[in-house]
Amino acid sequence: MNGINHIQDEIIEEFSMLEGDLDMSVEYLIEMGKKLPHLDESLKVEDNIVKGCQSKVWLVADFKDHKVHFVADSNTMITKGLVSMLMRVFSGQPASDILNCDLYFIEKIGMNRFIGTQRSNGFAAMIKQMRLYALAFLSKEKAENKETS
Amino acid sequence: MGNLHTTGTKQALDVETIRSQFPILHQQVNSRPLIYFDNAASNQKPELVIKALEHYYHCDHANIHRGVHTLAERATTAYEETRKITADFINAPEAEEVIFTKGTTEGINLVASAYGRAFLQEGDEVLISNMEHHSNIVPWQLLCEEKGLILKVLPLKDNGEIKWEVLDQLLTPKTKMVSLVHASNTLGTINPIKNVIRQAHDLGALVMIDGAQAAAHLEIDVQDLDCDFYAFSSHKMYGPTGVGVLYGKRRLLEKMKPYQGGGEMIKEVSFEGTTFSDIPHKFEAGTPNIADVVAFKQAIEFIEGIGKSSIAAHEDQLLKQATEQWSKIPGFRAVGTAQQKVAVLSFVMEGIHHFDLGVMLDAKGIAVRTGHHCTQPLMECYGIEGTVRASFSAYNTEEEVDIMSGHLKDITNKLRS
Repeated sequence: MNGINHIQDEIIEEFSMLEGDLDMSVEYLIEMGKKLPHLDESLKVEDNIVKGCQSKVWLVADFKDHKVHFVADSNTMITKGLVSMLMRVFSGQPASDILNCDLYFIEKIGMNRFIGTQRSNGFAAMIKQMRLYALAFLSKEKAENKETS
Repeated sequence: MGNLHTTGTKQALDVETIRSQFPILHQQVNSRPLIYFDNAASNQKPELVIKALEHYYHCDHANIHRGVHTLAERATTAYEETRKITADFINAPEAEEVIFTKGTTEGINLVASAYGRAFLQEGDEVLISNMEHHSNIVPWQLLCEEKGLILKVLPLKDNGEIKWEVLDQLLTPKTKMVSLVHASNTLGTINPIKNVIRQAHDLGALVMIDGAQAAAHLEIDVQDLDCDFYAFSSHKMYGPTGVGVLYGKRRLLEKMKPYQGGGEMIKEVSFEGTTFSDIPHKFEAGTPNIADVVAFKQAIEFIEGIGKSSIAAHEDQLLKQATEQWSKIPGFRAVGTAQQKVAVLSFVMEGIHHFDLGVMLDAKGIAVRTGHHCTQPLMECYGIEGTVRASFSAYNTEEEVDIMSGHLKDITNKLRS
């Protein structure tokens, strides 16, 4: 959990330097989006689309060494920025931490101001989807441990 | 109203005086002066409209039509006064032909339901166009499904005009209803409805016009047009939300069944049977939106005080300026370049999602609309997901268009770097 909280604190610190200016915050999000690793076109399929987002978001997850690794992309730059923030917080973290952590950075950086009510549903859908992946991996791991024990 | 000054022979708008009447415009949004270019969705309200609402609740409110006391009389008079003024605004022969609704959507639904259900038969055809708002598609689709009617769709040309050359093939003796938008909310295209109405009538079809985008910009004379039904909304013409107008010809309204049952719309009710009020009350069941209807009168007077042609000339100038300036930005493509347009400029920017542009313009204090604008079949027709749409009203200025031009250039550069 410390890993996740440490990253959340970093993001809060970065946004605090923007002093709540919407214009600068949006540009910062776009810069973060630009740094998001490229998602292979073959993964941009219907099955990987996060339902509930206004813009298209593709999300793929993998489980290695008890940790969940995400790759994602979007067709809009701002959403890419939002996705990239979630990737920073969640990707490479233990599944149980992803499930149980308190995502306090969202409120602290005043996320709703940038994304509005309608879009925040999409953002919530992304978080939900990431947690569902974590839950699925965790259940699978538990089942496998049971079989081997 | 003092909103006009004369420059040579041409009357130009005194935009500063107009702006001073709109309290909402004088604010900062995201630390910058608000530039409101989302007028096609809903435009802003002058002080007179806001004051009328306040005055009504402060002084005159009561339920209308059956009260014998003074306030009921005042409220009824004010409500019916708006009906008369609305009738004059569209040159309706009689005030009784004006029905107050919630908005354009309800007007179209009312006709589809109260006329369509009663008088259209299996196999009859309803003709619409590919540029219609969902509110002029879905009510007809529902009706077609229920009654076994056939929905025909007029196709579009690349510039956003209807392919009128196919009208003869699609408008046939089987067509019983034509429902067409006067001016497109997405493309701005003004349709030559008078010709269509004449041709439809020659074949015995009725014509319903969706005037939501036209009412604040174009002269509407329902007698000259000879349309059978014409619907529009108050909130797109400086008036309150929640009020719409449906004009219908008396002989049609009289033979139509009520749309909803309840108070106000009845003559006598008994368990053996109920008789209905005369028009327009037959179609206004329940307590209507009295306050907003009363204040709507001020919106009409605001428009007439300036003059629709002066407003349209000003908006056309802004449209021309915006089209010229934004066309110079690499990757800009206007969606809808018809000869005759209302002041709506929809566009796409190559390689940039409309959503990003909308959010980034908002961060600069500029309100535009992004997305499919409730015209998904139109988006599909042009193979796009959505557009950015800027739309202009009487209070917008050339300076505002200049400011948006500058930001559009900067934003596209940033997103492409």
